[in-house]
Amino acid sequence: MRIRSFAAVMAATVALPCIVQAADLEVTHWWTSGGEAAAVKELANAFNATGNKWVDGAIAGSGSTARPIMISRITGGDPMGATQFNHGRQAEELVQSGLMRDLTEVAEKGKWKEVIKPASLLDSCTYEGKIYCAPVNIHSWQWLWVSNAAFEKAGVPAPKDWNEFVAAGPKLREAGIQPLAIGSQAFQVNGLFDTLVITVGGKELYEKVYKDKDEEAAAGPEMAKVFAAAVQARELARGNNVQDWNQATNLVITGKAGGQIMGDWAQGEFQQAGQTAGKEYSCLAGLGLNEVLTTGGDAIYFPLLKDEAKAKAQEALAETIVDPKVQVAFNLKKGSVPIRSDIDMAAANDCMKKGIDIIAKGGTATSVDQLLSTDSMKQKEDLMSEFFAKASMTPEAAQERFAEIIGSAD
Amino acid sequence: MAQSTPSARPNQLFRNLNSKIASIPMIFVALVIFLGGSIWTVVYSFTNSRLLPRTNFVGFDQYERLWASSRWIISIQNLAIYGILSLIFSLVVGFVLAALMDQKIRFENVFRTIFLYPFALSFIVTGLVWQWILNPDFGIQGIVRSLGWESFDFNPIYDADIVIYGILIAGLWQGTGLVMCLMLAGLRGIDEDIWKAARVDGIPMWRTYIFIVIPMMRPVFVTTLVIIGAGIVKLYDLVVAQTSGGPGNASEVPAKYVYDYMFQAQNLGQGFAASTMMLLTVAIIIIPWAYLEFGGRKRG
Repeated sequence: MRIRSFAAVMAATVALPCIVQAADLEVTHWWTSGGEAAAVKELANAFNATGNKWVDGAIAGSGSTARPIMISRITGGDPMGATQFNHGRQAEELVQSGLMRDLTEVAEKGKWKEVIKPASLLDSCTYEGKIYCAPVNIHSWQWLWVSNAAFEKAGVPAPKDWNEFVAAGPKLREAGIQPLAIGSQAFQVNGLFDTLVITVGGKELYEKVYKDKDEEAAAGPEMAKVFAAAVQARELARGNNVQDWNQATNLVITGKAGGQIMGDWAQGEFQQAGQTAGKEYSCLAGLGLNEVLTTGGDAIYFPLLKDEAKAKAQEALAETIVDPKVQVAFNLKKGSVPIRSDIDMAAANDCMKKGIDIIAKGGTATSVDQLLSTDSMKQKEDLMSEFFAKASMTPEAAQERFAEIIGSAD
Repeated sequence: MAQSTPSARPNQLFRNLNSKIASIPMIFVALVIFLGGSIWTVVYSFTNSRLLPRTNFVGFDQYERLWASSRWIISIQNLAIYGILSLIFSLVVGFVLAALMDQKIRFENVFRTIFLYPFALSFIVTGLVWQWILNPDFGIQGIVRSLGWESFDFNPIYDADIVIYGILIAGLWQGTGLVMCLMLAGLRGIDEDIWKAARVDGIPMWRTYIFIVIPMMRPVFVTTLVIIGAGIVKLYDLVVAQTSGGPGNASEVPAKYVYDYMFQAQNLGQGFAASTMMLLTVAIIIIPWAYLEFGGRKRG
């Protein structure tokens, strides 16, 4: 009996690799908050259904913690099977130095060029006519999340746009409510500022500054208006003692803060708290001023591997990511907008539908991540975190330095 | 042995051959890894390397940008404040604690353990602990206010002007115990007879410490200085854990600038330029000191 089962096991170990052409694929990412982890599970299950095995390589902390680890693994000769980056230029040099895998065949087979909307997502994946990544989702920054309870307590009607929100600031403070919630992580102030650029300044200014890197426009009077709005935001944000973005969102959820400017990933937090849009909280796309959403988000990149079986598994994963069913399941959990417009998102909540609607109507702009190199982004982050933390820094001084960064940006 | 070849001097190279062979790995590491790595870094700081090192030389561009960056200036200032104060306070407090311990008190072991304990924690843990203690809502300020002193204000972590002192407190809490132990070992090394002689001459205790004991403890002070100095220059993890450079960039330090620009901004050239400046600063301090300490007179 024992010998027979032993023989069976032996036979199985020999036979198994011949029968199944599957492989384990390690996927590294920084999707670790509640909603994000649930979304990853959808993706992993769909991938496991193809006969391969998803080995989860979640890295806690934000993207700025995870990315150096991922990059050093790839450059250090220990590549994972697949890895997350944001849409844009974070993996640019890895692609240029030939460390990433060309997915053009998979993309042509799946007709990615036709189904993926907006086209800028695939453009970001493209280098010298070849496609190097699979877009997963679209996230946009331009949202103002408002706590209706907080405004009720202060006796002001809930705002319809940013200007009304600013006007209500003093009343909120009188009622003991923090007007604008924001954490002290640098990406938060940076994102808030870019949101002001595109909503207060307009899409034209936004493109002039970030796409054309026009130093004059960055130093000009239009931009000065944006900096004036940033000073107002700084005043409204005075007195914040939280670090992470979800702690700040929590202040809005509990009515301790009037509102927060944060990307659409924040609505996962509202959902988890059991709140519904329009009742406990409202969302103002484009801060209610200018309905334009930037289409940033996440993409999966595939390092070049020698192992044939793993390379096959990479193709399977790339196909899985763009698959319509997976797109629906993943994005509903994540709270993001799917990368293809030919699928049914009826199950989405009101805020999400609003976002999908705006994107479908073409109210999109390319995200700053895609336009500026990570180096220029970092310099901008440094400036913004200093500007928002130091009340004595004048908008003129900040604008001058901003123009310098834009002038030398690439 | 030498009698057989009286005219030839024994070859210096082969004297004590075993120990020389044994130290080859160490010499190799020092030359290739430390010196070689440093030279490589300095050379590449003159290039415009981004994510991967490239030999595209751009002269002093990276240094110009570095010194024009307000974040770098703030980092240097913070390191200077932290460095000078932590040097003074850890030496003074460490020595005073050691002198008190040396008074043949009861439960000396218990006290020594308590004071040394923080040193067993990593800087990350220390940083988090002090982030909580100094948190205005839950920490010291919150507790004192809840006791009734409503106007009490102690909020170093979220105040850009004094945040570096909040980090200094945590750094001292962690490092002073070690300094105390080193000092205590030094004090125990002082001969009892010297104390007796001083007592016979009627010299008060504080004068004995300052004019007799401290000069005798010179080697201990040098060791301690090197240990504290190294800790100051590499200050990084404490800041990351406690404030992550905030509020704004008020508590940034040079090592963090290096890391952030090398790996987050994917700009190796800028990071190398910053680390070269750190190396240069250390060299400016170390070389004259080493010259005075070892170069002036030959020992042995």
